[in-house]
Amino acid sequence: MKDFPGANGLVLNERLLWEKGKPGRCGMSLPEADVDPVPMDENLVGEIPDWPGLSEVEVVRHFTRLSQWNYGVDSGMYPLGSCTMKYNPKINDQIAALNGFAHAHPLLPALLSQGALRLMHELGLLLAEITGMDAVSLQPAAGAQGELAGMLILFAYHRSMGKPRKKIIVPDTAHGTNPASAALCGFKPVGVKSGPLGILTPEAIAEIMDEDTAGIMVTNPNTLGLFEEHIQDISEIVHGNGGLVYCDGANMNALMGRGHVGKMGVDVLHLNLHKTFSTPHGGGGPGAGPICVTQSLERFLPVPRVVKDGDRYSLSTDYPDSIGRLHGFYGSFAVMVKAYAYILSMGPLLKQASNLAVLNANYVKARLKGVLDIAYDRPCMHECVFSDKLQRSSKVTTLDIAKRLIDYGFHPPTIYFPLVVSGAIMVEPTETESKEEIDLFIEAIKSIVKEAEEDPEKLKQAPRRTKVRRLDETSAARNPCLTG
Amino acid sequence: MRYLPHTEDDIALMLEAIGATDLDELFAMIPPQCRKDGELRIPGPLTEWELERTAQELAETMGAGRDYVVFLGAGSYEHFIPATIRYLLGRSEFTTSYTPYQPEISQGTLQAVYEYQTLVSRLLGMEIANASLYDGASALAEALLASVRITRHDRVAVSQALHPHYRQVAETYLQSTGFEVVELPFDGDGRTDLSRISGEKGFAAVAIQSPNFFGCIEDLQRAANLSHDTGALLVVCFSEPLAYGLLKNPGSCGADIACGEGQSFGVPQSFGGPGLGIFATRMAHVRNMPGRLVGRTRDLDGNRGFTLTLATREQHIRREKATSNICTNNSLCAVAAAMYMASLGGNGLRSLASMNRDKAEYLKRELASAGFSPRFSAPTFNEFVVQAPSGFHQAYERLLEKKIVAGLPLAGYYPELDDCYLLCATETKSKADMDALVREIRS
Repeated sequence: MKDFPGANGLVLNERLLWEKGKPGRCGMSLPEADVDPVPMDENLVGEIPDWPGLSEVEVVRHFTRLSQWNYGVDSGMYPLGSCTMKYNPKINDQIAALNGFAHAHPLLPALLSQGALRLMHELGLLLAEITGMDAVSLQPAAGAQGELAGMLILFAYHRSMGKPRKKIIVPDTAHGTNPASAALCGFKPVGVKSGPLGILTPEAIAEIMDEDTAGIMVTNPNTLGLFEEHIQDISEIVHGNGGLVYCDGANMNALMGRGHVGKMGVDVLHLNLHKTFSTPHGGGGPGAGPICVTQSLERFLPVPRVVKDGDRYSLSTDYPDSIGRLHGFYGSFAVMVKAYAYILSMGPLLKQASNLAVLNANYVKARLKGVLDIAYDRPCMHECVFSDKLQRSSKVTTLDIAKRLIDYGFHPPTIYFPLVVSGAIMVEPTETESKEEIDLFIEAIKSIVKEAEEDPEKLKQAPRRTKVRRLDETSAARNPCLTG
Repeated sequence: MRYLPHTEDDIALMLEAIGATDLDELFAMIPPQCRKDGELRIPGPLTEWELERTAQELAETMGAGRDYVVFLGAGSYEHFIPATIRYLLGRSEFTTSYTPYQPEISQGTLQAVYEYQTLVSRLLGMEIANASLYDGASALAEALLASVRITRHDRVAVSQALHPHYRQVAETYLQSTGFEVVELPFDGDGRTDLSRISGEKGFAAVAIQSPNFFGCIEDLQRAANLSHDTGALLVVCFSEPLAYGLLKNPGSCGADIACGEGQSFGVPQSFGGPGLGIFATRMAHVRNMPGRLVGRTRDLDGNRGFTLTLATREQHIRREKATSNICTNNSLCAVAAAMYMASLGGNGLRSLASMNRDKAEYLKRELASAGFSPRFSAPTFNEFVVQAPSGFHQAYERLLEKKIVAGLPLAGYYPELDDCYLLCATETKSKADMDALVREIRS
C-alpha cells in the first residue's frame, strides 16, 4: 500500500482533562483587580464547579494530541456524499477573524455596524443571483433550521390563504432531516417513491397531491445525485393544487451557473453555506442555512432583515407577515463572512466549480463501473451512489469497505444513505480534488474489492491504523455514559 | 483559480473516460427551460490581496476593536479569549472535519465534545448535556418542546424577564404546533412574578432566565418548588454562563432543564453568531433530549473510545418522530468552550466571575452618583438596568462619537422601561474605562 496516503505514525495517548492537572493551576491570565470586591449575599453563592486546574502548556498539548486523532479535508480526500467536503480556503477564516467582525457586538447601533450589514445585504443579493430566486434571509443557523424556516413559510402562506393544510409530500430521495423539519411544523410527511430511473415522476405526485397537502419538499439534485428532470411538471401539479414547492438546496454545488432554481418552479429553497460555499464544517458545525424565496413569499421571511436606504444599511423588523425570529441575533455571521469571501474569490468561476464537481463524480462513476454496483447507471451530477451488491457473496458489507478505506488514508463516503439503495455508498468527490487524488481513491477501492475476494478478514478487522479500532456502539447506546 | 486543480488535459482525459464530448454535455439532463442563461453576474474573481482589502474596509466601519469601549451585554458578552484557543481551534483537523460519523478517525472531536458535555454538566449541576445546539434562543425553544414531550401538557409559561429575542424564537418554533405560551410578568425588584402559576395545572414548563435579561438573579429554588407543585418542569435559561462560577447553579436549585447561550466561553462575539446553544438535563430525560450526544465506550481491543450515541432519537433514524430536526450543530464552538473551561479551571472561573460582578457593582455605584438610579432592587451579576436622568439620550449620541457605547436603550424592548438602559461591565472594562464613561456623562 505504499502509494496510498494511509500510513502508521506516532500517535500519542492523552487522558481526559480531569485525569490531568492539579487544583491551583490556571491556564489563562486574569486581569488584576482594580476595583474593590463587593461581598455577595451568601444565600446566592454556589460551590466552585469541579473543573480541573491545568497550565497553558497542558491545555495546548491536550488539544493538539486530540486534533491529531481527527481526519479533516486538510488531511486528505473526504468524499462524504451529500456533505460537499470541498477545500476550505484559509484566507476566509482569516477575514472572519478580523477585529471589526470577530469582536463586533450584535446590538451596536446601526451607525457602528455598517460594514457587517452591508456584507449581509450583498451576500443576500449574490445568493439570489446564484440561485435565481428573488429574496434571501441569511438567518437560519444551519440547513435543518433553513428547512424549518421554509416549512414555517409554507404554514404561514396557507394560513394567509385562509386554509391551513396538514400534509406535505417528502420523496424517498430527500435528505434525512426533511421529515423531522416538516413534523416540527405540524405537517404530516407523506412519502412518495422515486420512479424506476431514480427520479420522481409527475404521475406519482399527481396521484397524492391534494387540497390538504401544503406542498412538496424535494431535494434537487436528489440524494442519488440525479437531477429531478420533471421538476417543472411536478411544480405545476403542486401549484395547480394550491401547494408550494420547497427545494432542499444542500446539493447546490452541482448547479451554480447551470441551473436556475426559480425557473424550476421552486418557491422556497435553502442553501448550506458550509457545503456549497466552502465554509469549514468544524467537526459538526457551525453552519448557516440561508433561505431563498420568490417575490410573492418575501413578506414571510424571518426578521430582522437588512434594509438599504441610499447608502445606509439598517435592520428592520417591520414585516407583519414574517414567520418571526429564528436566531438570538442574525444567524451565523462569521460563517456568512467566509461564504462572502469565497464567492468574491471565485466570481463567475463558481460555474466552473460546479462543472468540475460534476465531472469528478461522473469520472468516479465511470471508473468504478463493474467494480462496485451502481444503483442507477445514468449520468449523475455532483455525487454518485454505489452499493455493496457485488461484494455480498464474499460476506463483505458497505461498512467493511468504508472502514478499510480509512487504512488506505481516505475518509469513507457516506454509507447506508440514501435509504432507497440497500448498502449505499455515496461518493461526492467535490471539485477541489485533483485527478491524481481521485485516481488514487479509485485504486484504493479496486484494491479493497480485490481484498474482499481474497482476504475478507482484512476488511472485517479494519481499520487497523487508527488511534482506536471499531467501537462498541451497541453498549454505548444501551448503557449511555455521557459525562465523566 | 487556485482552488481548482484541473488542467485542460485533466478535463479532456476525464471527459474521455466518461464518454462525454464536453462539460456542457454533463448537464444535458437539466431541461433547457430550467437552465441559467448567460454567465453569473457576480463580481470577481478577486485575488487574495484584493479580497483582504475589501473585507478590511468593511471591518473598519464597525464599532469594535481596541478603539471602542462598549458597555453592551444583553446576550453577547465581551470577554478576554486566551490566544491558545484561537490557535488550537485553528488546528484544521478540528475545523475541516465533518460530524464524527466515522469514530475511528474522529476521536479528537469526540473526546473534546465529551469533555465539553462533562464540564458543562458540572457547571450547571446537571447530569448530562448534549453536544450543542445553535444558540441560546434555539436551546430555549428546544427545551420547551422537550418539556411538552415529557409532561404531555400543551402550554408553557415563559418569564417576560427572559431575553426578548429568545422568547421570539420560541414563539416562532411553537407557532404552528398549537401549544400555548403564557407570559409571566416581572415585578418591581426585576424578578419574575410567579404568582400566575401557583395553583394552576397544565403547564409543561416554567421557563425563567437567571441572571435574567435585566441582569437580576432569580430565586430559582422558589421557582422550582412552584413549578413542581403545578406538575411543570423548571427550565432555567441563561445568556451569561459565567455567572454560575459564582452563583448557585440551576441543578442544585431543582431545575429540570438548564439551557442557554455559551458564547461567553471562548467564542468571539462575531456580530451575534455563531453562538453556542447549551442544553443540559437529568438522565431521566435523556431519550427526550434534542441534538447529538457523545458517549464513552470501548473498541475491539478494549481501549477507551468515544462515539455518537442514542441516535435513535435523531432525525436521520427516527425521521418525523425525532426529538428535533437538528443535524449540523455548533460543535466547533463547543470545542472552543471546552478549551476555555480547561484553561480557566474551577478556581479561575470563580475569580473571573467575582471580578465581573465587582466591576459591574462599581459601575452601578458610580452611575448612581451621576444621577442614574438602579431600576430594580434584586441583586445582579455583570449587567444591570438604570433609569437615566432626563436628556441622557443626547449624551448617549455624543458618547457614540467618542467611541463609547453606554449600554442598550430598553425602550424598544420594553415600552414601560422608557429612559432605562442595560449596562454590562465584564473583566475587559478597567476602572479607568468606567471612570471615563462617568466623567463623559457628567460633562
